[in-house]
Amino acid sequence: MLDNAEGYVTEDGRKIGGVVMEMKNITLRFGGVVAIKDISFDIREGEIRAIIGPNGAGKSSMLNVISGFYVPQEGEVWFHGAKRPQMRPFEVAQQGIARTFQNIALFEGMSVLDNVMTGRLGYMKTNIFQQALWKGKAESEEVENREAVEKMIDFLEIQHIRKTPVSRLPYGLKKRVELARALAAEPKLLLLDEPMAGMNVEEKEDMSRFILDVNDEFGTTIALIEHDMGVVMDLSDRVVVMDYGKKIGDGTPDEVRNNQEVIDAYLGVSHD
Amino acid sequence: MPEQLIFAMEVILNGLMAGVLYALVALGFVLIYKASGIFNYAQGVMALFAAMTLVGIMNGQVPFAHVINATFGTHVYNFGWTVPALLAIILTMAVMVLLAWAVQRFVMRHLVGQEPIILFMATIGLAYFLEGVADLMWGSEIKTLNVGLPQGINLWIDETTFNFFDYGFFIDNLDIVATVIAALLVAALVAFSQYTKQGRAMRAVADDHQAALSVGISLNFIWIMVWSVAGFVALVAGIMWGTKSGVQFSLSLIALKALPVLMLGGFTSIPGAIVGGLIIGVGEKLFEFAIGPMVGGATENWFAYVLALIFLVFRPQGLFGEKIIERV
Repeated sequence: MLDNAEGYVTEDGRKIGGVVMEMKNITLRFGGVVAIKDISFDIREGEIRAIIGPNGAGKSSMLNVISGFYVPQEGEVWFHGAKRPQMRPFEVAQQGIARTFQNIALFEGMSVLDNVMTGRLGYMKTNIFQQALWKGKAESEEVENREAVEKMIDFLEIQHIRKTPVSRLPYGLKKRVELARALAAEPKLLLLDEPMAGMNVEEKEDMSRFILDVNDEFGTTIALIEHDMGVVMDLSDRVVVMDYGKKIGDGTPDEVRNNQEVIDAYLGVSHD
Repeated sequence: MPEQLIFAMEVILNGLMAGVLYALVALGFVLIYKASGIFNYAQGVMALFAAMTLVGIMNGQVPFAHVINATFGTHVYNFGWTVPALLAIILTMAVMVLLAWAVQRFVMRHLVGQEPIILFMATIGLAYFLEGVADLMWGSEIKTLNVGLPQGINLWIDETTFNFFDYGFFIDNLDIVATVIAALLVAALVAFSQYTKQGRAMRAVADDHQAALSVGISLNFIWIMVWSVAGFVALVAGIMWGTKSGVQFSLSLIALKALPVLMLGGFTSIPGAIVGGLIIGVGEKLFEFAIGPMVGGATENWFAYVLALIFLVFRPQGLFGEKIIERV
């Protein structure tokens, strides 16, 4: 692996670019509990970056820091080479960071199409009167956004449920709709919080394929949290391993797999 | 045509017109409920507040005159000017937007993620607070409101029906105007919530806060917008009811009539609010006409609630409400 400021080339020959997001010495506390302790890592353009660790390691907290849902007490978040001021989650989203949730946060009352369409809200620039009256540029804009949405729906193979209210869908499909909504925003960075949690083997395989395809087709930078070691090792280019809020490993899947601390964390060795 | 049937027709027409006014108030409830899951008890008081503010601005009243005079020993009550109706309506709308902002900033923002019942209690508090503020600002005497809407019997309908049935229907011009305005309002609201970016964002916020944030929607902005729209609907309802029966405290009680309307139509449906309003309007007039004389009258006071109760037993989600599905 060739690692430098310009990026590196993966084993399968994909070219990874410069640093998109950098976390510098992040510490997050909830009262007396330290969820994240002085963690630094970076995410590079075009790569699939995984954050793994046992239960309660602080993975989701880390993702929530990146997407602005949690504000760390210490440390800095750098995005596209600039220090990010404290932002609220919707402002982070407007910057081009889309995410999915561990427990799925979809608009249950809306159809799949409407759900995915909300991902395009940031691209709608015409004013409220033009839209209400379907006048001026509003129509062409809506058509444009619809095309982008349909593309994602096609891509994730959910055409057959386009008009179905989300509340009627099974779990696996909901996960896919959520991914479609995040992708519809054409994000610069896509955050996936346990995209395969609670899925059966077949669904996991489908989801893995979609994640790889997304990365391949659109060059989307992806950071994901996953429990299932096997899946992570197959998917990701580089892996951060967390345990009890600390970073205990960072590197390619192979490097991480042979890291003694990581093995201990997963197999359970007494901490003393 | 038998006389009774002709009377009944007139009663139905009048019922429809009254129903439109009920629907107007109910609409305000539905809007906030859809967008934030809050049943806004203060909707009726908001209509009262809007109507009082409108009258006050039109008459050039000094707001908080009593407080100012008591504090500084002055005797100011009036600016000495009158404001044309249209301008006054625009100014009142500005006040309603300000109110929406204040509600969001000082009440709702601190209650994000709380149980619906807590939010509901907060709106009860808001209702009483707003009522007090309205009294302090503009005084508690009954005022007449005239923004130039036509009132009185519609002669054309009177004549036409007279030619047909030998009996002239009495339809108030104001009711006709109210119907037209309500129709426009509903069309505008539907266009807004279905076709605009803000409307889509509003529906998204109502559904899931976290998800809304993750697609870049500002909750604060949407809530201020929703309360502003509810303020606008309150203003329209306030104008209609205020013109019809004077601006007085009882205006805030019409909100209670909206409750059975909502139970009938469903809390989450804009068409439901309309249809529910019409059914209650027609139902109570017709019931009073047909059954009223037998039981000594005054059935209009309770008919709507009994109808709502019956509905609660057989169709708790209302005619158009989202079906309640219990997953076990």
